[in-house]
Amino acid sequence: MDTAYLIETVIKVVILLLVFSALAGIGTYFERKILAFMQRRLGPMNVGPYGLLQVAADGIKLFTKEDIIPANVVAPIFKIAPVITAATAFMAAAAIPFLPQFTLFGYTVHPIIADIDIGILYVLGVMAVGLYGPLLGGMASANKFSLLSAARAGAVFISYEVVSGLSALAPIMMVGSLSLVDFNNYQADGIGSWIVWSQPVAFILFWIAAFAETGRTPFHLIANDHEIIDGFGTEYSGMRWGLFFIGEYANMFFISFVIPILFLGGFGDGSVLGAFALLGKMSFFFFFFLWTRAAWPDVRPDQLMWLCWKVLMPIAVINVVITGLVMMF
Amino acid sequence: MFEAIAFYLFAFLTIAMFYITVTTSQALYALSALAAGMIFISAFFFILGADFLGAAQIIVYTGAVMALYAFGMMFFDTTRDVKEKQGNEFIVVGFATFAAVLIVAIFAAPLVSTNMTAFYPMVEDAGNTQQVGMVLFTKYLIPFEVAAVMLLVAMVAGIVLAGKKMDKSLTLMNAEEIELLDASANTKVLS
Repeated sequence: MDTAYLIETVIKVVILLLVFSALAGIGTYFERKILAFMQRRLGPMNVGPYGLLQVAADGIKLFTKEDIIPANVVAPIFKIAPVITAATAFMAAAAIPFLPQFTLFGYTVHPIIADIDIGILYVLGVMAVGLYGPLLGGMASANKFSLLSAARAGAVFISYEVVSGLSALAPIMMVGSLSLVDFNNYQADGIGSWIVWSQPVAFILFWIAAFAETGRTPFHLIANDHEIIDGFGTEYSGMRWGLFFIGEYANMFFISFVIPILFLGGFGDGSVLGAFALLGKMSFFFFFFLWTRAAWPDVRPDQLMWLCWKVLMPIAVINVVITGLVMMF
Repeated sequence: MFEAIAFYLFAFLTIAMFYITVTTSQALYALSALAAGMIFISAFFFILGADFLGAAQIIVYTGAVMALYAFGMMFFDTTRDVKEKQGNEFIVVGFATFAAVLIVAIFAAPLVSTNMTAFYPMVEDAGNTQQVGMVLFTKYLIPFEVAAVMLLVAMVAGIVLAGKKMDKSLTLMNAEEIELLDASANTKVLS
């Protein structure tokens, strides 16, 4: 391990943190605009042209707001919980190949922080650790609604982890590797070699589980919208509350990268066109998160558990068994 | 050099986290510190190049086991300190030290001898995951299968404990009793 490698890695980490922190902020702007257009409103319009500077205004507000630590909370855990959400989201990104490798001033750059053998396992595992943000935040808050939300968050994340793991298992069996780069290379021959054509069921299941893992709308009940509070974030204010948001949006972006790499060919053969295709697919999946939020109501907690354990998990297991049989014979 | 730095950093962090877990009387500190310690342990696997075991450590211990502890902790007020029953301190410290020294001795003993050979040496050109699979399905096949059976037993027991009307057996009932059972089937709360 030489010094050049260390410097390169540090630079990549800093770029990733800056780009996706900014994207998380801009993501809130896109969300409000798209929701507004779908509901025949204008959305943010007053700050800057078309409300573009709304992100900056929100940022200033969140950063300068007083950081209130209520009485009776377990202060150290209460303070660290939002950091866990944001940190695990960014840690999961370490194994995602965002772009094909390219040459800059004669130096070959791999836009992946750590090209480990077990990329998909690492990404799913670390995203699952993000569960501790809502869980510890809710439990440390000394608020019954926060605790309720923490329990829901725990149930949803643990249950849908099973679905996402099992649905990813079938393509893993086909590719024979856990590395996301290998996944991409397996599908590099063009649109006909995409895994989605041979694994449509796994694709749909993984996509559904992605909504639960990021806590987005059809499975958004961890935020207790129907009780007109903010779930585990009820007692939070200022930037600590904002960190929960950054974590959620960063997770949305990263899972929007992972789905195309797993099922839809990733960046293909590594040309410039392939890189733009990956960004386009990522944008579609991010847009789909927002679209679903505008179009679908939340499901009830019992419906959510019923869907996971009685519908999605059996389908995922059957899918794995069929894939195994087809590969064997 | 970087590996040495990483090793000592994570060794310090792991010991600090587990020290907090053992000594604190606040349940949430213990939970968070234990979860963090489990994650820091996975760093050693990554340093040794055992990526698969590192990821498995994160997923199994932090993602599943600790989250279940957290579920259990929701039944009591975690914002208050736990009142611990204090026994004889000398006995506790004595036994803990003895156990720690014994474990270190057990794992350090093979290092003293110089003629160590691996029963199942590394296979060239095989990835990390493949090597785990090879050993798991040859040398450790029986423990692996036994673990699977144990999980099956645990699952059946869990279903029996949590399911409704699991204490009744349809084969031991006559037709009228079964009809009565069917009539009351609609009183379930969840479908």
